[in-house]
Amino acid sequence: MKLVVEKARKIYDGKLVLDDIDLVVAPHEVVCLIGASGSGKSTLLKAVNLHVELDGGHIFLDGDDITRPGVNANQVRTRMGIVFQAFNLFPHMRVLDNVTLGPRRAGGVDREVAETNAIRLLERFGLADKATEYPDRLSGGQQQRVAIIRALAMEPTLLLLDEITSALDPVLVGEVLNVLRELKTGGMTMLLATHEMGFARDTADRVVFLHEGKRWEDGPPSQLFTSPQRPETQDFLRRVTEAGRL
Amino acid sequence: MTGSQDNKTRQSRVAQQRARLFFGMREEGARGALIAFVATAVFVIVIVALIGTSSTWPAIQQQFLNPEDFASSWPKVVSGFWLNIRMFLIAEVLILVISLVLAMVRALRGPAFFPLRATVIGFIDVVRGVPIILLILLLGFGVPALQIRGLTNSALFWGLTAIILSYSAYTAEVYRSGIDSVHESQRMAARSVGLTQIQALRHVIVPQAIRNVIPALLNGAISLQKDVALVFVLGIREALREAQIYTSLTFNYTSYIAATVLFLAVSIPLARFTDWYTDRDRRRRQGATA
Repeated sequence: MKLVVEKARKIYDGKLVLDDIDLVVAPHEVVCLIGASGSGKSTLLKAVNLHVELDGGHIFLDGDDITRPGVNANQVRTRMGIVFQAFNLFPHMRVLDNVTLGPRRAGGVDREVAETNAIRLLERFGLADKATEYPDRLSGGQQQRVAIIRALAMEPTLLLLDEITSALDPVLVGEVLNVLRELKTGGMTMLLATHEMGFARDTADRVVFLHEGKRWEDGPPSQLFTSPQRPETQDFLRRVTEAGRL
Repeated sequence: MTGSQDNKTRQSRVAQQRARLFFGMREEGARGALIAFVATAVFVIVIVALIGTSSTWPAIQQQFLNPEDFASSWPKVVSGFWLNIRMFLIAEVLILVISLVLAMVRALRGPAFFPLRATVIGFIDVVRGVPIILLILLLGFGVPALQIRGLTNSALFWGLTAIILSYSAYTAEVYRSGIDSVHESQRMAARSVGLTQIQALRHVIVPQAIRNVIPALLNGAISLQKDVALVFVLGIREALREAQIYTSLTFNYTSYIAATVLFLAVSIPLARFTDWYTDRDRRRRQGATA
């Protein structure tokens, strides 16, 4: 899936959160958005998933303008998955029902087929034994893996990940990032907002630094992390390094 | 102490604690129980003394607490009370369904749903703005007077309809508060797996919302159980009306006591159940977050 963002603009309470952002994510590419809180990472992901309506600009999925008026947001959303920082699992449903809800209700898949597929996914990520548990019985890392599986169950060709490890205990971060590494191997196109610089450096194809709603600097991790060109990028990376995150 | 004995003591302690919680008492030990007993005894003695020394007490006893009148009015009042129970059960089921539909319509977003939302809000505002007894009189006497063909002229039907409408409007607001109590991120998560607004409400938001408002719904049921008696203004012979008829024939008010006993026999267990349920639910949630 090819994602093209063209002059995306969003204003909240008079503040420019997205300032004419242009961004291209090629098929099978993994792009990490980095930047301080409030730099627009999360808003950009939510705009792509049509949870945030742009005040200007366009977003294209494989050439199809998903920001045009009258677009079927539901149909668009079934083509991509999104995972949130706070997991947002459905607490009143067992893991298996969390995963099959989308395919069954939005995808029109039979319960049996949906459950077979869900169990296959749960097995692939080592969670088959949790299928009948409720989310509050799972660790944070397990919950976030279930949230990723729930998104994967819709068989998306683009995965959006919004700081999915930020709410996790450091020891649980690894198991979630390993899932992403495996997905990359499988060729999944991914756009993720993250503070995990180590992950961005070793897994991303490209890293995009956002600053005050603008795409400030963009390049392969080898270049962006070792020789950032602009002072704001250098400053951000220096602070991240001091915080021990790089 | 062996393991099984240990287990037994623990079980009996848990049972005691449950019983105490049932009556709204916290764990206070033997001293607490003694204080509670003495305080209650003093309270009862004072009340009895106050009433007993009232100069009109013997007359009141004759008028309101006459065992013979109680016995002779009882069958009529009980037979009327069966109607109250039936009205209550029918109304409760319909109210729970209608109000949920109203609340769900109100929770729909987007300009396309504006006419539906506006209709529901208008309905709720109007119905909640009219005293329930006035609504009963309006529908109970008004609609049959219109003599519309195909519509029943039964005062019972229209009186109960008025109660159902009024309670549905209130209960819709209860459900709405429940829907609002479910975090926005749940709606977003549901929409992002491709569910439509209505599907997100039905499968994700409403099941969680209902759990949050069950105590409030039970409270509404207690209220309704008494308020169905209001159709007595239409002359419908339910328990209150039967008691009133007895009084007007005998000039003795003991029949009202008979009706009181019947209403309490249903509402007190309901109230205790509500408290028990609310308490259990709260402890479960605390357990879940701990």
